[in-house]
Amino acid sequence: MTASRMGLLGRKVGMTRIFLEDGTVVPVTVIKAGPCPVVRTKLASGKDRYNAVVVAFEPVRPKVVRRPELSYFQQHQLPPHRYLREFRTQDAPEATAGDVLKVTMFGANEIVDVTGKRKGRGFQGVMKRHGFHGLPGSHGTKLKDRHPGSIGACAYPARVFPGKRMAGRMGADVVTTRGLRVVGVKEEENLLLIRGAVPGPSGGLVIVRKR
Amino acid sequence: MNQEIITQLDNATKRHDLPVFHPGDRVRVSVTIREAGKERTQMFEGDVIRIRGSNAGRTFTVRKISNGVGVERTFPVESPNVTALEVIRENKVRRAKLYFLRDLRGKAARLKERDRRSH
Repeated sequence: MTASRMGLLGRKVGMTRIFLEDGTVVPVTVIKAGPCPVVRTKLASGKDRYNAVVVAFEPVRPKVVRRPELSYFQQHQLPPHRYLREFRTQDAPEATAGDVLKVTMFGANEIVDVTGKRKGRGFQGVMKRHGFHGLPGSHGTKLKDRHPGSIGACAYPARVFPGKRMAGRMGADVVTTRGLRVVGVKEEENLLLIRGAVPGPSGGLVIVRKR
Repeated sequence: MNQEIITQLDNATKRHDLPVFHPGDRVRVSVTIREAGKERTQMFEGDVIRIRGSNAGRTFTVRKISNGVGVERTFPVESPNVTALEVIRENKVRRAKLYFLRDLRGKAARLKERDRRSH
């Protein structure tokens, strides 16, 4: 882990493109990130035993958050927010409670990692889910050209090994896309423009991390 | 709401220097070509057979017959390499995508001129 892995919570807005002066097209994902107030910090030297910053994102009506969380926000004198997340840091965090993290923590051309929950794909076969090649399309194959083939041996071991890749639910898991480049930062609108695609649907929660 | 943000972003950089044009129009497009460290402008003249996309992703396709061979080029409307566009002639067409022109040649591939739109 690198020194500081601070980041921002945001919502994926969607994608568009940007033209450079020479006509090169840059595909960008727009993320509405922050502002994220720092709720409190955790210190390795304190009773938390590790360094981290707790941040909140997206203010909501008090009714939306759970009672214990509501009082947690009241304790820290913040309006209720929908999300509370931690960012672990190597050393004691520089941010303190009351600070507000904004998109300005990122600069143009900075390399970041973006985490999101990717779109659910439902129950999928082994070819789409695990990239199996399937069976031949001809030479006697009948009605099973997308099947996995053999899933194990016979009398010994007389079972299928745990973890055998088979058909099943695909997607809707947390994915991090690493090494994306920040193309633009728009402070007033709290927008980040990041080159390339980012996991999840438009409107989904994403975490943008420094590297 | 999300799409509105994207539209706003795109509108901020949108160009307003190109005239309004439609499928079927004969246009002359000035394209910047960069090669061997030099920059020059090339003309591409033909009929617009397709306009697709929205906002920054909007593109149009121009078809012409060059030395007896059909040539099509697709340009992003917002590309800075498209330096100018001139509508030479407006034609009467009854659909938005003129793919049928690809199957026609010579006299059959002509379009009828229409009265100029007022805009």
